[in-house]
Amino acid sequence: MNDAFGAPQTLLLLGGTSDIALAIARRYRADGNLRRVILAARPGPRRQTAAGQLRELGLEVAELDLEARNPDSHATTVEQAFTAGDVDVVVFAFGVLGEAERAWTDADHVLEVAEINYTAPVHLGVLVAAKLRAQGHGSILALSSVAGTRIRRSNFVYGSTKAGMDGFFFGLAEALRGSGVSVTVVRPGFVKTKMTAGLKPAPLSVTAEQVAEQAVVAARDGKQVVWAPRLFQLVMLVLRHVPQAIFRKLPF
Amino acid sequence: MNDPTTLHGWGRTNPTPARVHTPTGVDEVMAHITEGSPRGVIARGLGRSYGDPAQNAGGTVLDLTGLNRILTIDAEAEPPTVTVEAGVSLDTLMRELLGHRLWVPVLPGTRQVTIGGAIGADVHGKNHHSQGSFGNHVRSLDLVTADGTVHTIGPDTDPDLFWATVGGMGLTGVVVRATVEVQRVETAFFSVDTDRTTDLDDLMARMTDGDDNYTYSVAWFDAVTRGKHLGRAVLTRGNKASLDELPAKLRRDPLRFVAPSFGTIPDLFPNGLLNRATARAFSEFWFRKAPRHAVGEIQNITQFFHPLDILADWNRVYGPAGFLQYQFAVPFTEGVAFRRAVETIVGSGHVSALNVLKRFGPGNPGMLSFPMPGWTLTVDLPIRDGLAELCRRLDDLVLSAGGRTYLAKDSRVSPDALRRMYPRLADFAAVRDRVDPDRVFVSDQSRRLDL
Repeated sequence: MNDAFGAPQTLLLLGGTSDIALAIARRYRADGNLRRVILAARPGPRRQTAAGQLRELGLEVAELDLEARNPDSHATTVEQAFTAGDVDVVVFAFGVLGEAERAWTDADHVLEVAEINYTAPVHLGVLVAAKLRAQGHGSILALSSVAGTRIRRSNFVYGSTKAGMDGFFFGLAEALRGSGVSVTVVRPGFVKTKMTAGLKPAPLSVTAEQVAEQAVVAARDGKQVVWAPRLFQLVMLVLRHVPQAIFRKLPF
Repeated sequence: MNDPTTLHGWGRTNPTPARVHTPTGVDEVMAHITEGSPRGVIARGLGRSYGDPAQNAGGTVLDLTGLNRILTIDAEAEPPTVTVEAGVSLDTLMRELLGHRLWVPVLPGTRQVTIGGAIGADVHGKNHHSQGSFGNHVRSLDLVTADGTVHTIGPDTDPDLFWATVGGMGLTGVVVRATVEVQRVETAFFSVDTDRTTDLDDLMARMTDGDDNYTYSVAWFDAVTRGKHLGRAVLTRGNKASLDELPAKLRRDPLRFVAPSFGTIPDLFPNGLLNRATARAFSEFWFRKAPRHAVGEIQNITQFFHPLDILADWNRVYGPAGFLQYQFAVPFTEGVAFRRAVETIVGSGHVSALNVLKRFGPGNPGMLSFPMPGWTLTVDLPIRDGLAELCRRLDDLVLSAGGRTYLAKDSRVSPDALRRMYPRLADFAAVRDRVDPDRVFVSDQSRRLDL
């Protein structure tokens, strides 16, 4: 249950090994009210390491298996996440960048990217929303991307999946109004994480900590969308209206 | 099924939706409890608790204000008693009792609380040092427990359940009726002595020396001024005025209940209206308007007890972000810790205009009852960045002094801190294991505090 400052006690991280998800957990821990984290991710050393890091912060950590590409397993994962009590914040943090050129030429690969980045979030989104509505409170933080706002040739498969999940969670926020449940769509630009390791940082790049800070404050204030950094809201407002003939020639 | 209603406490923080029912009879209360709700049930009165004890996210809330009958007044008994349904407000009861030359034994900072709420929070008033808290005056009460049955309990009949219910924040069941011992009065006025004190030490010394001469005692203190005059205060103490103390004009109608209303505060105030500048101005005004020293002034109930009740919904002044009230108590031996807490608040940059300091008398056997012998301090703080840290620093001070904070004001304390503040939580849990093993009675507060 949140306290008077909107600080949660229990956090569910879907994609619990993501750098941003872990930064969000650390940020809530610094708020002082967080006690329990449920890490839902693929089993393995990465999840173990992440769980260990959170335990070192004095948090009670439960590990759950999450297989994004196996929708039959989703209901069980969500059920287990809510068995020990209410969950105050659910973070949708899993996703893959994919290989951009393979993604639009290899039918198996495009299916993989689409299932992980779109099908799984909306499927889990419906399951989680039902749980939060029943408990009458809670927040969802959905990690989208500016890549879904104006689709670029260089990573349009990734961008299209993020556009889809972004739209779903934006609409879910509307549908859940008055239920006690809020949804915040987080649209970061280039985040320096293990997901983007090896890529050349784009302009206005941010760290996972910066995204976490903005996401947590936006969720607390009940904001529907937050851009990280904030300047992206303005940048994308312009970029969305640039004619394609010009956009095509821009150097990113 | 009625649609969910979003509820919050007086501090307007952390609202959540629940299905609200307003039973008008005990049978309806029983039916709502036994019909079962996956998210449980909690009773609510007039919503004056500051935080989340009278809300239940996704569950059922029973609004007890429909149980609003005064059943019997026995003015001849010694002491006199009154039997009322739990949704009767202290305001209503007081107006009724005055006609019988009777008086409600304990009045908190507002009369807009129900009898059920007064028991559930075991409220206290300015007479705690001399007459204890509300639970001390309850002779018996009817409690509907999780199985839907009514238990009539009192200090001598199932005392464990009784003292778990007094101060138990509604978590043992729903109080539907109570018999309360009341007091005789000759007038509805008070004979009041007022003193302005120069600093905190002066204030604490005067209260220690003189409180026993008065039934009622409280100090408003300035939480803005730092330095030499830190903790300067207006100390008001008094007794119920006897008929011959009244001036001739008031003597004609000595039981007249003076409770003016200047209307309702509209819901249009922004956040941040209470800031350092306005709080400083208010504090200066409040301090200067009090006489330096006055003896035997005759004051009415509103002047002496409830100046804020003149304005309905005054909590709106704090804006949509809401506020919290931090109230703690520490033993008399911890005067140094108390002083440190005051310095911490005044030096924090967070401002509070309504600050109340009081000496508590002995506590009662209520397992979660707040009052303990010692100093208690209350400050009103608007929600701002950094307030969570300030409150945690104060928790640490209070804990290391063996003190506690008040559940009726709480909206943010941690479960671990609560366990250290209330050593009888295990006894409380044992009583609930007996009468509510499945934990039918839950609130947002009980979830947050792992109660």
